Amino acid sequence: MSEVSDGENERIGVYVCHCGGNISEVVDVEAVADFARDLPGVVLSRTNEHMCSELGQKQVAEDIAEHKLDRVVIAACSPQFHEKTFRTTLSKSGLNPFLLEMANIREQDSWVHHDEPEKATQKAKDLVAAAVAKARFDTPLDRRSIPIGKRVLVIGGGIAGIQASLNLGDAGFKVYLVEKEPSIGGKMAQLSRTFPTEDCSACILSPKMADVPANPNITLFTNSKVESVDGYLGNFSVKVKQKPTFVDPVKCLCCGACEEVCPVTAPDEFEAGLAQRKAIYVPYDFAVPHKYLIDEERCLRLKRGKDVCGLCIKACPHDAIDFNQKPRTQDFTVDTVIVATGYDTFDATKKKTYGYGRFENVVTALQMERMIVNSVQGKPLRKMGKRIAFVQCVGSRDEQVGNEYCSRICCMYATKMSQLLKRSDPSRDVYVFYTDLRAFGKGFEEYYKRAQDSGVKFVRGRPAELFEDPETKKILFKVEDTLSRQVIETEFDLVVLSTGLVPNPGTKPVAEMLKLAKSPDGFLQEAHPKFKPEDTLTEGVFLAGTVQGPKDIPDTVGQANAAALRAVRLMNQESYSMEPLMAFVDADSCDGCGLCVPACPSGAITLEAKKARINEALCKGCGSCTAWCPRDALDLHCYSNLQLAAQIEVALATKKKNQQRILVFADDMTAYRLADNVGTARMSYSADTRIIKIPSGSRVTPKLMLEAFSKGADGIFIGESEKKSSSYPHSLAEIERNVARVKEILTEAGIEPERIRFSQFVTVMLAGFVKQMNSLADFCAWSGSIPASKRKVVLKDLGEKLFARSGKESAQI
Amino acid sequence: MKIPYYPGCSLKTTGKNLEVSAIAAAKTLGIEMVEIPKWNCCGTVFSLTEDDLMHHVAPVRNLLRVQEMSGNGSVDTPNKMVTLCSMCFNTMKSAAGRVSRNAEDLVKINSFMNLEEDYKGKVQVLHLLEIIRDMGFDKVKEKVSRPLNGLSVAPYYGCMLLRPADIGIDDPEDPTIGKDLFEALGADVVDNPYKKVCCGAFHTVNDKSLVADLGYEILTRAQKAGGEAITTSCPLCAFNLDNRQKEISAAHPEFKQMPVFYFSQLMALAFGLGEEECMFEGNYVDPRPLLKSKNLL
Repeated sequence: MSEVSDGENERIGVYVCHCGGNISEVVDVEAVADFARDLPGVVLSRTNEHMCSELGQKQVAEDIAEHKLDRVVIAACSPQFHEKTFRTTLSKSGLNPFLLEMANIREQDSWVHHDEPEKATQKAKDLVAAAVAKARFDTPLDRRSIPIGKRVLVIGGGIAGIQASLNLGDAGFKVYLVEKEPSIGGKMAQLSRTFPTEDCSACILSPKMADVPANPNITLFTNSKVESVDGYLGNFSVKVKQKPTFVDPVKCLCCGACEEVCPVTAPDEFEAGLAQRKAIYVPYDFAVPHKYLIDEERCLRLKRGKDVCGLCIKACPHDAIDFNQKPRTQDFTVDTVIVATGYDTFDATKKKTYGYGRFENVVTALQMERMIVNSVQGKPLRKMGKRIAFVQCVGSRDEQVGNEYCSRICCMYATKMSQLLKRSDPSRDVYVFYTDLRAFGKGFEEYYKRAQDSGVKFVRGRPAELFEDPETKKILFKVEDTLSRQVIETEFDLVVLSTGLVPNPGTKPVAEMLKLAKSPDGFLQEAHPKFKPEDTLTEGVFLAGTVQGPKDIPDTVGQANAAALRAVRLMNQESYSMEPLMAFVDADSCDGCGLCVPACPSGAITLEAKKARINEALCKGCGSCTAWCPRDALDLHCYSNLQLAAQIEVALATKKKNQQRILVFADDMTAYRLADNVGTARMSYSADTRIIKIPSGSRVTPKLMLEAFSKGADGIFIGESEKKSSSYPHSLAEIERNVARVKEILTEAGIEPERIRFSQFVTVMLAGFVKQMNSLADFCAWSGSIPASKRKVVLKDLGEKLFARSGKESAQI
Repeated sequence: MKIPYYPGCSLKTTGKNLEVSAIAAAKTLGIEMVEIPKWNCCGTVFSLTEDDLMHHVAPVRNLLRVQEMSGNGSVDTPNKMVTLCSMCFNTMKSAAGRVSRNAEDLVKINSFMNLEEDYKGKVQVLHLLEIIRDMGFDKVKEKVSRPLNGLSVAPYYGCMLLRPADIGIDDPEDPTIGKDLFEALGADVVDNPYKKVCCGAFHTVNDKSLVADLGYEILTRAQKAGGEAITTSCPLCAFNLDNRQKEISAAHPEFKQMPVFYFSQLMALAFGLGEEECMFEGNYVDPRPLLKSKNLL
């Protein structure tokens, strides 16, 4: 199969993967390999059933040794899957890992053009040619190494944050645990029992809570908020603001004398608003820290001035009350961050038809948890009555309130509470009205059966609207039992709304600080749904618990353990290597004009001795500076001017008469992955497209775009991450300016400016991507080919067109 | 304001009292409703079938009439129109939305109507109630010369004015536009929990008893909440809740009949307009004894 040809200066090996038919059933891989063999610099070209297999990797290693390959091109799946694999192969064989290029002929070719095998094969050839052309200009690069220590910030002190902190503290890592409430413990502290084992929630949680302050490696901040996080893996500088409690925690012995005299009452958050507490209070019996604090929003003295009230000061026998306390700010540095900000329960008043807040006998599930705990303790919070109904999926699986997702825990907590109620008083009629009963976990189905056996009645059907009898205040509704197809009209003493889980509002500022992406349901997005469910796309930041999506306690604890491990994995390496993606300066070409200095959003460019200089620690590698340089002196490693120009040229070289080519520049973070996702979903779009990966759309300089038109491109598309989820939020403005300038030049040359398009994406906009691709291809087809005479004009006097350097405003137009 | 007005079939027959009272009340507020020339059926039910474009020709043709009026200066509200019947409102607004969002549909419908000028997809379909709300209920209050003090009204909305959410003029689960209007007129407004429950719609043709059962629930709930009369904006709801009280009384001898007003009749009354404009004689359950007992007539 192999054929060794005389090389030029480079000795490139090309490998075309069958992917077990995934590619070869559409693309003629042998033809692609034959075609590659004749490309400049290629000394060897092979096909292989599975390149990523051990055999495939071994082949590459052997060829590097035997044929003295100095560059490798793999035509296979998307680089997001195996680029790392092959880089390691190169390293082990003594080649610099950055002398590898991949041609994505699966997600971006065979999986999208399955109905057009000939066009798909042509596209595969072009993609391989572009990868070879790029490889010829690859240079050996070193990863940047940054030191990493053993300090971690955990945001959120619910069960997820507690579990992660205890793991890390026990393992010898320095943990800063920040909780916004006065006590750690989170929602789990409020629950009655846990399903399906019916352990008392407080009893199993409280020892863990107590372990937190006892652990010498954990610094606990309660009543505190993370004000800011800046920096990166190994060097996150954190600012935490702690609100005053106005009670000296050392002096306070929790005698309760202050609480007795305090004249102000407020709804008790811990009892879900069903009881009252004072303005000076301990959050609950097993709160950690177990100290009194004063509610700033309610205390008369804090609201109205220092001559008011003050009864607690007089009552405290230990002189612990201190109204002079001020907020304290703490600064520290950590190496990794675990976000465990949890969830909030759906606001049931938003489901207006259920009358929560209007009808006194409609309560939420969390309120019912508290009612059960308190009645077990012999001090019921309110009357329950004999007929109790649970209504499921309140705020879940309901597009009317904007939540399409299942909250995963409501079926089981209703199953739990309904049987606790039934067993404690068998004369009660307890009903659960559900959409689907999802008992998916270990022991759940058995537990559901037990509830049925105990006499709880499960009815498949949800009421549309609840009505209150104006006299008896009982709740009436109509519901269809969809199994027996009977419409039931019924009346209850108490209706419990099984409210779903929604993202915690406290997550939003944290996500913004750490630049974390949200998934469509509003919870935070994990880096990979299967293999990196705890990671985020921000290196060194991990997710634990319901911040990532609804889950029950065992799943939350499992994810917290995993997040701790993922953080340890990095922190135990002592140093971390970063991709060498960054700008560099060709000092010979640089004339020190300084246009690039203000253009860099990270402030990474300075002028030294009349030459631009890149600060490698600050450069984020977007490449937007390259468009500002009139002399092509600024360049980007991994995506150099020469490489992009060569990729553009060869991607267009095979274009025949009556054919058209659309160049798609897709940013690595979103548009390129989106194109992969379109392939994975086996959707189709025009086979005239040729996708070129770039770090950010702002890397595509006007000059490159115009060169593309001059060399035969019929349309250009730039796909970029949506601003709020982008690592390069500034780049949208850069792209817009570049595109506008190119449109002007095209218009002057008599070429339709609509041939260049730009769009923002998120990785789930599959249909949108397809539509944009087809729309541009259709437009180009409809407009016809661009005459050669017009193509020539675009490059004429380009320097003057792009960089009018006369006058005060010397910046690019 | 001079605005094109689309009546529809019911407004010229069973719902004449809606049309007459609404035009008069709107005039008091400075809204001149100019009847669209050569109007045709609204289409009655908005077809949800993807490729059933034929169903949308009728409403689009009416929109084209509005576009023509906007062009020839007979009105001063370019590309806006007002409706009274909830059903017409819903069908026409849905059709207008579909063709304005979907250029391909618009081209097809236009080429189907090839003897006319092209409809450009710009007309906005409004219900009189939302025009009044946008003017502000304070303006309504200013015109009240005979406040409806002491009259307990339970607004009833039905479905077509509210649903689906992107077509409806108010919160589909918790509408308040009727409450706000009647409070501005000086009436006591009571909340009927059954204010959005189905009136039975077209079943009135083939299953009178079903419609009577639904009507019984809606009306007795309103009475339980303290309502003396119920209001509506839809001629079909009005027919089912008003005229079917004959069947309700037959099935439930204890049932106390109650008047069903169009919102516009109460406006005309509060604005001090005469019996000709209020047209109470068009209602099946005569509201005049109730109004007289409240010294409103």
